Order: sequence, then structure tokens, then C-alpha cells
Amino acid sequence: MKLTIRILAFLFILLINGTVNAAEMKLAVTTSFNNSGLSDILLPEIKKDLNLDVQLLVVGTGQALKLGRAGDVDAILVHSKKAEEEFISQGFGIHRREIMYNDFVIIGPFNDPAKISQSKTVVSALEKIAVTKSLFASRGDDSGTHRKELSLWKIAGQDPEKFDASWYRAAGSGMGATLNTASGMNAYIMSDRASWLKFGNKGDLKLLFSGDPVLFNQYAYLSVNPEKHSHVKFDHAQKLEAWLTSAKAQKLIGEYAINGETLFIPNANAKVN
Amino acid sequence: MNDIVEGMLSAFRLIFSLDADLFEIILLSLQVTLTAVVIASIIGMPMGAWLAVNRFRFRRLTIAILNALMGLPPVVVGLIVYIMLSRSGPFGVLNLLFTPTAMVIAQVIIITPLIASISHQAIRDLWADYHDLLISLNTTKRQRILTLIKDARRSLLTASLAGFGRAIGEVGAIMIVGGNIDHLTRVLTTAIALETGKGEFAFALALGFVLIALAIIVNLAIHSISKTERASNW
Repeated sequence: MKLTIRILAFLFILLINGTVNAAEMKLAVTTSFNNSGLSDILLPEIKKDLNLDVQLLVVGTGQALKLGRAGDVDAILVHSKKAEEEFISQGFGIHRREIMYNDFVIIGPFNDPAKISQSKTVVSALEKIAVTKSLFASRGDDSGTHRKELSLWKIAGQDPEKFDASWYRAAGSGMGATLNTASGMNAYIMSDRASWLKFGNKGDLKLLFSGDPVLFNQYAYLSVNPEKHSHVKFDHAQKLEAWLTSAKAQKLIGEYAINGETLFIPNANAKVN
Repeated sequence: MNDIVEGMLSAFRLIFSLDADLFEIILLSLQVTLTAVVIASIIGMPMGAWLAVNRFRFRRLTIAILNALMGLPPVVVGLIVYIMLSRSGPFGVLNLLFTPTAMVIAQVIIITPLIASISHQAIRDLWADYHDLLISLNTTKRQRILTLIKDARRSLLTASLAGFGRAIGEVGAIMIVGGNIDHLTRVLTTAIALETGKGEFAFALALGFVLIALAIIVNLAIHSISKTERASNW
């Protein structure tokens, strides 16, 4: 019995020690921000400049907004303008600050059965996939990327709800897991460029279409409103916002490249909206 | 196939390079799971013994439910614990969400029914042997339970190890309540899920082999401490 108590006391001390005393905040980010490797560049610099430990929760945009609403994180970095504006108008955030953008690309089988690589616009590329009923993997998880994909189908005059599961497969998972699914099925998929470039299991997939201005993907930073949740670390969140929009951070973002390819284009400005 | 070989090789490279991040993840995995196993054993073993020696109206139903709870889906446990600990939930003020403590809570809920059920099974068999003796000695219920726990300790060890096995490989619940935060709540299983998501199969597999090795080492260590499977011991 004495031994049990001793073991318990030991484990309890271990557990208590696990909590750090340095300044820290929780930031919910989308998978693309973390998977791209950009966070590995920025976080050490933030620690150095602000002495702030930013703890990342890597989730889809839908879940990030939910965590912000519940007050479980201090700020979010997401990419779905409509949902962000709703977040602000409901009072969960004070303003959204644009930080950077990248773009979405269409990935598909090497031999391109739907012949989308010659398409002029992404909408016509998607139409070709739908007409030929070529395998297509969708995120299906209410993330920013998923919402973007749905809006593109809508522009193409299609309703993904009515698509047959024989070719339109909603994976219901993150970007990486869905890319794995697409790689396994040899299917078309819409991905953000950063996740695709960093992805290690490309298989027979290839980047087939990109460059349509519609595929522009803006990331914005939103601090959680302290009036809704008095416990959030609003000061830290504001400090981080100032840092992300500073010349130094913007330069770091712009210079980050994989295999010589730039992933994010910084576009923060003084304007707060 | 290539991935598996490469995974094994990089597992060895990882371990022998004494990667600091890897050891941090291993340590947290052990810390969370062992804490959960100790707490769940303290709750589950007496519960199993109590169920074995007591006769009451809904005994059969209670045992059936306890057995069914062994198959509790971790994702559901994770979700419930998340909602409870969320800032907008009833225990939000404790600020426990996305901490190792939240992960321990989820794991305790997952493995307590398992440990209680196996303990109950073992102690019930022993109780059949000890029944007449303990009754004739005019023991109290408390004394009976303590005697049974003491004499069934080998089987109870199996119950704890089964709980350890379920907890160390669990990912669904701790991903939700821990959040897989680097240097804070990242453990082996959530790191494996992350690396798989990145398509880094070799690295994910390497972590998987480390996890399996860890489970074997812990089991061996516990057996050697408790001196089971030796000539004069059973």
C-alpha cells in the first residue's frame, strides 16, 4: 500500500511538472499551415522575439472556428472568408487580419483520364471530371478547403450532394489523410499547394491544374473576443497578430520555399477589417 | 513492403540518435498511460472484487453493463470528455482541456471497465474456493475483499497489463482531448497519426515500432519486478 502511494505521488509530480510556466497561448490552425512546415520556421522566431510559446492545435477550419467559439483557444488562423466574417458578426472575434495567401491546385492521376490539364478554368476542369465520372476524393470535413471545393462545384452548376459515391468519394478527413486516400485510389483531388508539395506519398498523382484566380486562398488571423470569453489571453493574441503582420514575419513567410517553390505570399497590410 | 523495411531502419536510427523530441514523446506516452493505469486499477480492482462477493438485486445487469463498457468507443469517450472540459462545458473553469491531465481522464474512463471486468472474473473464481473459509472465519466484507485482492494479485496484474495495452495504443480519445500539441500533448500514437497524414509512412512506421518495443519493455519490466514466470512462482 505504501508503495502504491509512493508511485501515485511520483506520477502526480510528473503530471504537475508537465505544465510550463512561460507565457503561452493556444492557436488553432489549419492543416495546411502546419503540414507545409511553415510553422516550424515561425514558432522558434516567435519564441525568440516575444518569449511566447504558441501551442498549435492542428484542425480543419470548421473545427478551428468551433474551438474559437467555445473559448478553448486564444486565436485562430484559418482560410474561409465567409465563415470568418460570420464569426466576427456574431461577436466571437473583434476583427480579421489577413496574413498571407497561397492557392489551391487540382491533383490527379498521371495519365489524366478526364483531360483537365488543358482546361482554361478550374470550373471547366471540374465539369470534365463530373462528366467523365472520374474518381474524385473530397475532404468532406467542413474545412476551408472543403468549403472552397463545394463553392466551385456550385459555380460549375453541379450539386455534390447528388454525386454518386461510385466516383465522388467524401473522405471526411484532413488534407493529408485525404491525399493518402486519393493516392490509394488514383483519384482527382483539390489540395492547397503547400500540403501537396510537402506530401510524401504522391504515388502516381501529379499536379494537373493551377493558376485560376478563383483558386486564390487567403489566410486570416482572428483573436477570440475577450468580451465573450474573459479567460482568453487577448494580450498575447494581439502581440502575435502584430508579430505576424510585422515586416520580419512577412519576409520569413515570403522566403519559405520547398524545392525552390514559394508556398505562401505574404499580404498583410496596416488595414484592419 | 519497402516502407516496412525502411520504417524498421529509421526506427533504429531514431532510437540510437537519441533524438530529444522522440524521448519527450515517449516519456509523455508513458506518463499519461501509466498514470491512467494506476488510477483505473485503484478504482477497477476493488469494484471487481466488490461485485464478486456481494449479492444484490441488479448484480447480473451491472456485470453485463460493465462487460459491455469494455468495448467503449474511445472517440465517443474523447468527445464527451471534450464537451465536459471545454470552456463552454461544465468543467471549463478547471482549464484542463488540451493538457496531459485531460488525456489521463479520458484513458481512465476507457480502461476502468476493462480492468474491473477482468478483476471481477479472476476474483469470482477465487471467491468460489475461498468462500467457505472466509465465511467460517467470520470476516467482514472489507477483509474478504482485501484478502481476495491480495491472493489474486497475479491475475490482477494481467488486468492492469490489459488496461495498459489498451491505453498505450489508443489514439481517438487523446487526439480530441489532448489536441496533439507539439511539446505539450503529443504522444506516440498521435504523432503516428500526424506523420501518416503527411504521407511520411516510413517515419510513422518507425514510431509504430518504437511503440511496440515500449509495450514489450514495460510488460517485461513489470513481470521482472513482480517475479512472475519464475521457477517457484506461478
